[in-house]
Formats: sequence, C-alpha cells, structure tokens
Amino acid sequence: MSANSRNSARVVLESSDISRALSRIAHEILENNKGSKDLVLLGIPSRGVPLANRIAQKINEFEKVNIPVGSLDITMYRDDLRLRPPRALAHTEIPDGGIDHKIVILVDDVLFSGRTIRAALDALNDIGRPAMVQVAVLIDRGHRELPIRADYVGKNIPTSMSESVQVSLADVDGNQESVIISAGEQ
Amino acid sequence: MKKHLVSAHDLNKDEAVLVLDTAKELALISDRPVKKLPTLRGRTVVNLFFEDSTRTRISFEAASKRLSADVINFSAKGSSVSKGESLKDTAQTLQSMGADAVVIRHGSSGAPHLLATRNWIDAVVINAGDGTHEHPTQALLDAYTIRKHLRNSEGDLNGLKVAIVGDILHSRVARSNAILLKTLGATPIMVAPPTLLPVGIEKWNGEFSYDLDEVLPQVDAVMMLRVQQERMSDAYFPTTREYSRNFGLNAQRLKTMQKHALVLHPGPMNRGMEITAEVADSTNSVVIEQVANGVSVRMAVLYLLLGGSNSETGENN
Repeated sequence: MSANSRNSARVVLESSDISRALSRIAHEILENNKGSKDLVLLGIPSRGVPLANRIAQKINEFEKVNIPVGSLDITMYRDDLRLRPPRALAHTEIPDGGIDHKIVILVDDVLFSGRTIRAALDALNDIGRPAMVQVAVLIDRGHRELPIRADYVGKNIPTSMSESVQVSLADVDGNQESVIISAGEQ
Repeated sequence: MKKHLVSAHDLNKDEAVLVLDTAKELALISDRPVKKLPTLRGRTVVNLFFEDSTRTRISFEAASKRLSADVINFSAKGSSVSKGESLKDTAQTLQSMGADAVVIRHGSSGAPHLLATRNWIDAVVINAGDGTHEHPTQALLDAYTIRKHLRNSEGDLNGLKVAIVGDILHSRVARSNAILLKTLGATPIMVAPPTLLPVGIEKWNGEFSYDLDEVLPQVDAVMMLRVQQERMSDAYFPTTREYSRNFGLNAQRLKTMQKHALVLHPGPMNRGMEITAEVADSTNSVVIEQVANGVSVRMAVLYLLLGGSNSETGENN
C-alpha cells in the first residue's frame, strides 16, 4: 500500500469486531438451518478458508458439534480468466462426506460483483448436488453485477466503486486483523 | 511464462514449479464424478502428429478434453502431408481453421521451433517431441512424479540425483530431462556406453558415466530409456544381450539402490532389454503412475499457456 492511500484509509472493523461478526453469523447459520445437521462449510481461497474454519469453531463452541469444513478454489470457473495472465490455482478440498444432499455454506471475505459466487456455484455443480447452497460473507460492499445475495453478512459497508476493501486475517496475512477501506486501487 | 513450450529451457525455476503446483491441483479432478473443467471452453487444440505416438497423443487429448477444449487430431498418415504438403502449408491450414494451440510431434528436430518463430500461425506451440531434440512435457511429468514421491509434491528438486540411462544420444526425453532437472536444482547423471553419449556431453549441465553399477547406489531416481529397435542394428553396441548385461536394470542392480529410489521409464518398455519385468513391476517402479501424471501435467501446461490472456500486456478482449 502506498503512503498516499494509507492516508485516506479507514479501519471499519477491528479484530474484536470481526470475531463478534463471525459469532453472530455462526448463530444465524444454526438458527436458519434449525441446528447443524447436514451443514458443510466451504471457504473460497484465500481468505474464505480461515473464515470458514473460524465459523466452524464458533459452531463447535455453541453446539459441541464438528461440522465439516473444506475449501473450494474457483479459479478455473472464473469468467474473467481470459482478461488476465493465468493465475496460480489454490487448493480445493471437499470434506469426506461430500456435498450431495448437504446444506453447503460458501464462505468468502468480501461480496462485491457476485461473480466469485457465480463461479463457485458452477464449481459445486461439477462436484455434486447439494440440497441447498447458502452464502456467508464478512463484508458486503454492494455493487452487484449478478442476481446474487448473501444469506449471512458480517457487516454491510456501502462503498464507492473506486474504493478498495482490504480484509486482513491473522492466518493468511499474519498481521493485525482488520477490515480497511481505502480510496483508489489497492 | 513464454508463449510457447518448445524446449525445457523455456521454463525458469519458478515457472517450472508453477506448472508442477498447478498439475498437483488438477490431478484432484480425476477423483471427481465430473472429470471436467470449463476453463478452455471454445478453444481449439490441434494435435499435429507427424510421428506415431500413443501415450503422448492420448495424454494431450485427455488433458485438452478435461479442460473442455475442442480437440482436432491430425496424423501425417492419410493426410495431405503424405502427398508432400510442407509444414508451412499445413500450419497455415490450421491457422485458418482457428487453432488456439498446436501440439506438435515431428521426426525432425526443430520443427516446433520453426512453427513457433516463423509467424505462420498465431497459436501457442507445444512441443510433444521433435526428432532427437526435446520432449519438455515428458520431462515435466517425470519431475512431477519424482517430486511427488521424494519431495511430498512441494517446491523444487534441490539436492536430488537422477540417473538417466540408455540411448542419451538419440533421446529427446534425456535432453529435456537433463535441462529441467538442472533448472529444478537436481543433478542429472547420464549413463550410457560411449557410443550412445552425444559429442559435447561434458558441456551438459550434469555428470556422465559409462558405469551403471557405480552410479546406482548414489541416486534417488533412475530413468531407464527405451533402446529403439532401429538402433540395435546400427552397431552402437555389439549385441542386445551385452547391452542388457551392462546397462539393463535388473533385480540385482535394484538391490544396490537406496530404499527410497524410484525407477522411471518414459515407455514403451522393452521388458528384458533395458529393464527386467521384475523391476518394472517392483514397488520402486512408478512407470504406470507416470502415465496418469502425464495427463495432469499436460492440463497444467495447456491451462497456463491458453487459460489466460495471451497478449503480452495482459489485456485482451
């Protein structure tokens, strides 16, 4: 991040806020689905994966159950692959029970255009047939380009198109946890 | 990455590791109910084979199809090439059919290089073996196989020693492997009778030896090359039995190797000639696995060369 953009950056969530938001999401997931039966959490790399793990951990604290957690790399399903140089692939790991007849909850850090979720839905299609798919995100920043919405939102943050939202998590970024909004390109 | 894959020299260490890492993820696709990714939908891959091949062609075809590319198979037999059409004219025909990638195998060394550099076509050129020059995707799948067993599919091959045994002189597999192993930090050791080592072997990036028994105990993997039928009558060695006795891998020699050492062979094997059936079917042998890994590695190469934008600036629409 350049010195210039740091000046205009503001912290919208701190570490404790992130933790509280995830706790609430975990409760909402349990409430909505009437318990933890058949739940599978799939994080979208890179930051969706630690978020999925933390939600699973919270659910374990609340209900004393271990729900399966995996990761779903959507790179090969992106609609903008041909607009950029090829990207390295992230790891996909589907939990042992598979996703057939399960309630799959896709977890990502920021919901923006909705294209990542669309790609994830396509990817799920090739892996199995879940009974239901829901979406949990830490930040919903608006500006959807597809008819996609989140079922669980940590925080709604209205942004302008020119702003960038940067989520930092200890497991991925190794520093102070925060959500920062800065002006201009990140 | 460079636009084409003509030689193992086209990959630097980071790029080679990227190919292997990508292949590792793509290998998981084969465990899925739907063994297909939409990534190369609408792209056309032409398999241009001027020489016979089963596994390489099928491997590229499977790789292309798993990435949803359209595949056109072209073999020289029964085509206009048998009527004397030049490589240039064949290439331009493919160009006008809208080929996005050309996978070429040719009996003449340098044919893929010509195709890649002469502006006859816009397509990505992937060398699937040219004459006695190179076969880079074979080297990648060998490196992948070695890395999987000896490096837990992580990083490079730093510090490993790999013996390449047999007809080094005529082997494109040996050449590409020597280059790529060196790129990845391993030490290739060429082992062959003096007649089957190329002139200038001392300038290759590796070691060489005439004595298999001396080399075997120190290596982490041994790659046995096929002795081609047509060479047997060319007086490179006195008799096939003598070759087999001095340079064939048998159970006794296998015992002198380290426990973890791998036995590789690019296929097709002459059982009883450069490798005995006992060794080929032993637990150290990863020959069958090499075939499966070939598909993953070729998917990775196709994805990395065709999956993104192909203009230098990264913008293309």
